[in-house]
Amino acid sequence: MPRETVLHKVRTALGRSVGQAPAAAPEARLRIPAVDLEARLSSFLRRIEELAGKTHRAATPEEARAYVEGVVAGRPAVASRAGFLRECGITALPSVRTGFTSAAELRAACVAADFGITSADYALADTGTLVLLSSPEEARMISLLPPAHLAVLPRDRILTGLDELFTRLPRPAEQTSSMVLVTGPSRTADIEQILVRGVHGPGEIHVIVV
Amino acid sequence: MRGAYQEQIVATLGNRGLQSAIYKASGRLMDHRRHAIDPAELPDFEELRAQANLIKQHTIENLDYYLEQFEAQVTARGGQLIWARDGEEVAEFVADLARRKQARLIVKSKSMTTEEIDLRKRLAPHGLETVETDLGEYIVQLAEERPYHIVAPALHKTREEVGEIFSRRLGVPRENEPEKLTKIARAVLREKFLAAGIGMTGANFLVADSGAVVLVENEGNARLSTTAPGIHVAVAGIEKLIPRAQDLAVFLKLLGRSATGQALTVYTSFLSGPRRAEEIDGPEEFYVVLLDNGRSKLLADRDQRQSLYCIRCGACLSHCPVYRKIGGHSYPWVYSGPIGAVITPQIQGLSEAGWLPFASSLCGACGEVCPVKIELPRLLLELRSEIQRARSRQGENRWEKLAFRLWAWVMRHPRVYEMLGMAAAAAMPGEESGNWLERLPGWLNRGPLKAWTSQRDLPPLPERSFRRLWRERVKAGRS
Repeated sequence: MPRETVLHKVRTALGRSVGQAPAAAPEARLRIPAVDLEARLSSFLRRIEELAGKTHRAATPEEARAYVEGVVAGRPAVASRAGFLRECGITALPSVRTGFTSAAELRAACVAADFGITSADYALADTGTLVLLSSPEEARMISLLPPAHLAVLPRDRILTGLDELFTRLPRPAEQTSSMVLVTGPSRTADIEQILVRGVHGPGEIHVIVV
Repeated sequence: MRGAYQEQIVATLGNRGLQSAIYKASGRLMDHRRHAIDPAELPDFEELRAQANLIKQHTIENLDYYLEQFEAQVTARGGQLIWARDGEEVAEFVADLARRKQARLIVKSKSMTTEEIDLRKRLAPHGLETVETDLGEYIVQLAEERPYHIVAPALHKTREEVGEIFSRRLGVPRENEPEKLTKIARAVLREKFLAAGIGMTGANFLVADSGAVVLVENEGNARLSTTAPGIHVAVAGIEKLIPRAQDLAVFLKLLGRSATGQALTVYTSFLSGPRRAEEIDGPEEFYVVLLDNGRSKLLADRDQRQSLYCIRCGACLSHCPVYRKIGGHSYPWVYSGPIGAVITPQIQGLSEAGWLPFASSLCGACGEVCPVKIELPRLLLELRSEIQRARSRQGENRWEKLAFRLWAWVMRHPRVYEMLGMAAAAAMPGEESGNWLERLPGWLNRGPLKAWTSQRDLPPLPERSFRRLWRERVKAGRS
């Protein structure tokens, strides 16, 4: 049995026995700096812009909807079932399709769409990162298949960084099968190290903070 | 043996285009890293390295515990864990799975572990088409080569070469613009993603307390490989474990910065199990294959086991003066650079790769940049001494030992040294330029001595040596 062979070899190499408890693990290192909301917001937006993402500060949900409407401009878009998108009225925009519960239908819609619109569960201020947890409201494909991704979120979801994220979510697997951190548009530098955006994921990203 | 790679090394050194490509690309990676770890950007870089080293040491020294914890977590979340002793067992599992699920096409994201076991080639006889989807890996696959650098697999290809490969292999019109070439790859590979039955990935980390596979990438191909097909198979070495999801706060800050100078790569996926009942999309089946393939052998050596801390950032390659000259294809295995020189001889055997630890200037750059603080220079030295001891036992280095004993004797006898110096200066050909070692008389310049002199030279010896000048100076009373 490969399982027993491998485990046996590992134990023999380490001089450990079956069922032996591990030595005490080093303490997890999580340092959360004190940064106020306005500073987190401006750092978050600045980082996204440095990565060639587009940003917009919306004072009200209506303003967020107007911005999204302007970007989408009547072209085909797919929106997630996130409550916040509904609150902003984005799911009700004319060319936006939403409400998919079947993976096959969602996929067909995403392949044909020019824009994928999601919210975000968290954002990280120090790196300009969106944190997306797969759930009944948020599918994986919407932020991945269409060539442009729009993310709309309320400002209080912006955390300082990774340390705060893993403090809030010490074990993300308890909530979701998939947590994805998105930091800027999809990119590659595999040919002569020349930066090209939009390889397999969206080459364009808009982040709208309400 | 070394001979087979000697040719590759000489060819690389003589190829000016390639030399400048390696030099520029690795230089850029070095610059990017330096900016990313600047104290203004990341004040606690050194603390993070120390913590990463501590965590890896702890995990490796209690590895059996974390392997079992990981297995229990994967299973609890509806995934399945497969143990594989070697590449053959990985291929058998994948081929059998594909047969049961009637899958013919596999899309794959970049993984050094599957390169290590040559998985694509092993799957081909089973009628399976395996497509690399990372742009660099795809180029290398179409060119039928192996990756040149851990994080930049097609570092050695110019845009013209890529254009030529694409038009020849894909039947598309000839293009040379990276932007257009990328579009071509996107279109071809998008079809593959949507048609594939199985998506395969490696793993940057395996999280024991979550049963999670963590993938770090920039293009989105790993996300697509784990989202579009109905089955996700991750293949990872047993050393990839970390205890807790919270430890990622340390490792993610180090990996992207050390590899490409990014604070975080574009996508970091934390995947645990198949899609849950209430989730809308994601694979229905989730498998993790844990591979040994010689790793448990490394584990047995108390010192060398730290080479299993490696998170494959490639920083030691980019910073290595030897790698920067001889390039990634001059190493006998997929792992090149200093980390390759440490693990290859121990896994492939000393007779195959015993020369590798000597392909180092011992400048120490690799150890300085390693984000998990593997003591690469010391490990290289220790391997050297182990190899020399083995050669002594077999009496293989009798002449070398004699030569060095002779050298030591000469160095202890200044008169003899000076006389030999004068004799050499007199015997030296008249030219001003170097190259005189190469042109030693034929009877002296053969066998192992020739192998040595063909790679080295000395400047012309001066007519008056330093000792002589010094004596004259003292005599003239101007000391």
